[in-house]
Amino acid sequence: MADALIHARGLVKRFGDFTAVDGIDIDVAPGEAFGFLGPNGAGKTSTMRMIGCVSPMSDGELRIFGLDANQDGRRIRSRIGVVPQADQLDNELTVLENLVIYARYFDIGRRAAKERAAELLEFVQLTDRASSQVEPLSGGQKRRVSIARSLINEPDLLLLDEPTTGLDPQARHLLWDKLYQLKERGATLVLTTHFMDEAEQLCDRLVVMDNGAIVAEGSPASLIAQYSTREVLEVRFGQGRNEALATDVGGIGERIEVLPDRLLIYASDGEAALIEVHARGLVPESALVRRSSLEDVFLRLTGRTLVE
Amino acid sequence: MTSDAVTGHGSRRTWHRPTPGPIRVWFREITYFRRIWKANVLAAFVQPILYLLGVGVGIGVLVDEGPTSAEALGGVSYFAFYATALLATTAMFTASSEALWPTMDGFMWSHAYSAMVATPIEPGEVATGLAIHHATRTMIGATGVAVVLAVFPDTRSWGLIPAVGAAMLCGMAFALPLAAWTATRTSDISFPTIMRFGIVPMFLFAGAFFPISELPEWLQKFAWVTPLWHGIELCRGLVLGGLGATEAIAHLAVLLVFVVGGWVACQVTFRRRLRP
Repeated sequence: MADALIHARGLVKRFGDFTAVDGIDIDVAPGEAFGFLGPNGAGKTSTMRMIGCVSPMSDGELRIFGLDANQDGRRIRSRIGVVPQADQLDNELTVLENLVIYARYFDIGRRAAKERAAELLEFVQLTDRASSQVEPLSGGQKRRVSIARSLINEPDLLLLDEPTTGLDPQARHLLWDKLYQLKERGATLVLTTHFMDEAEQLCDRLVVMDNGAIVAEGSPASLIAQYSTREVLEVRFGQGRNEALATDVGGIGERIEVLPDRLLIYASDGEAALIEVHARGLVPESALVRRSSLEDVFLRLTGRTLVE
Repeated sequence: MTSDAVTGHGSRRTWHRPTPGPIRVWFREITYFRRIWKANVLAAFVQPILYLLGVGVGIGVLVDEGPTSAEALGGVSYFAFYATALLATTAMFTASSEALWPTMDGFMWSHAYSAMVATPIEPGEVATGLAIHHATRTMIGATGVAVVLAVFPDTRSWGLIPAVGAAMLCGMAFALPLAAWTATRTSDISFPTIMRFGIVPMFLFAGAFFPISELPEWLQKFAWVTPLWHGIELCRGLVLGGLGATEAIAHLAVLLVFVVGGWVACQVTFRRRLRP
């Protein structure tokens, strides 16, 4: 990809003997919403920190905006917006002060900073909180301050590390709405998440990471098509009985996954699979037919669930 | 791509003379300090008055009556002897406490420094910006003492002006090495120990309350390597006179070694901490 915004080849991050990121290749095009999906400890955050030129790479090649991450960190960072996993706000200062101070780090003049801050607070719907302290704000509001702050330098690339972790559903949806608006306006978003619904909602393309390596890559729909069936039948036979009954449902659908609390039967037609289960004289305590999700892709690729 | 108020594509990056990174870091510290400056400036005056009344005047009455006191103190009153040291000890306390807990906050609690170094700011600039802030705080503390000293005849002298500078240097000789140390820590568990067994003993034994010539000889050698003793000797000499040029240069040189060494250490430890 010649005009890639992010271009990584054989990217490695080691901490002593531990290899957090083990030789990954990435290309992100301008205007794309790109996601890293994986469980905690998969190497997502380490990768993000290398892309943000905050943590030096141990090995490999990394170019952002066509600039070398090892050489031009300062120039690259001046064009990036970062929303970190934990809010790094100045809690005792006001929302507006937080934005203006952050603007100063980019050497944006005080007047321009205030104008820009006002626009951004409008965008994240916090105009009425501009002069209140950050401390008493809710988690969702703080995260929106972080997002406003990350946009203060008019970034060409926005990095979001677990943007909605720890937020309640309503706050998550508001945040997704804002990120979706940014995407519609042509912003390039790179985000990490261990929520499959978040990845499905926001990402044009994503990579699934596990143990520091990329195990699959594609659009959410193509990954599901490639690694899962159209539908999934979830049946529960009660504690301890699921594993024993796995052989009894053998042959139904294309593939079966045994989880501690339920069996997942992968089939193109979930209802038909359920009829077959009943036909074998098995009576599950509960049964649910749903569409395949990225969670199923992850389970297939790694044998583990995303959120444990 | 058309201009967009939120993503800002194709919009207004206006050119102006760049502000150095450390100054941009300092802006944040000023914004914080603006919220507490009144209490701080008030304390800068009130605290030395309390010390001067309690120790300088109270104990001074007893000391000055002693037959050999004038000789031991170099021919000055105990009030003058102690009051001039207060410039350096105030600088030490202000700078040390600033370099410990608030610096830890930036690394570990608010993560403010992590936020800074995700922008064009480099870790070394964070360290230098903090040093400017510590120097400012130290200057306010030392100036408060100097203004109070200017009121009393025993210590009224033009020498108070350069003595504020000497006190600042003394403060930075603590702030920079301690900030470098803080950058290597993952908890504040060692900080009270540093204050109790490092800073407070220096306050007591490095020549503020009595001349170190009163100490056993082996303990005097300890005093020589503390920045506080050199700071006190400089401040005292500048205000009360009787400081030879060679001595003054020696005191300055020792303080500068701590300042420059501390700054270099900060450049290394801040980078290690903030660019993992």
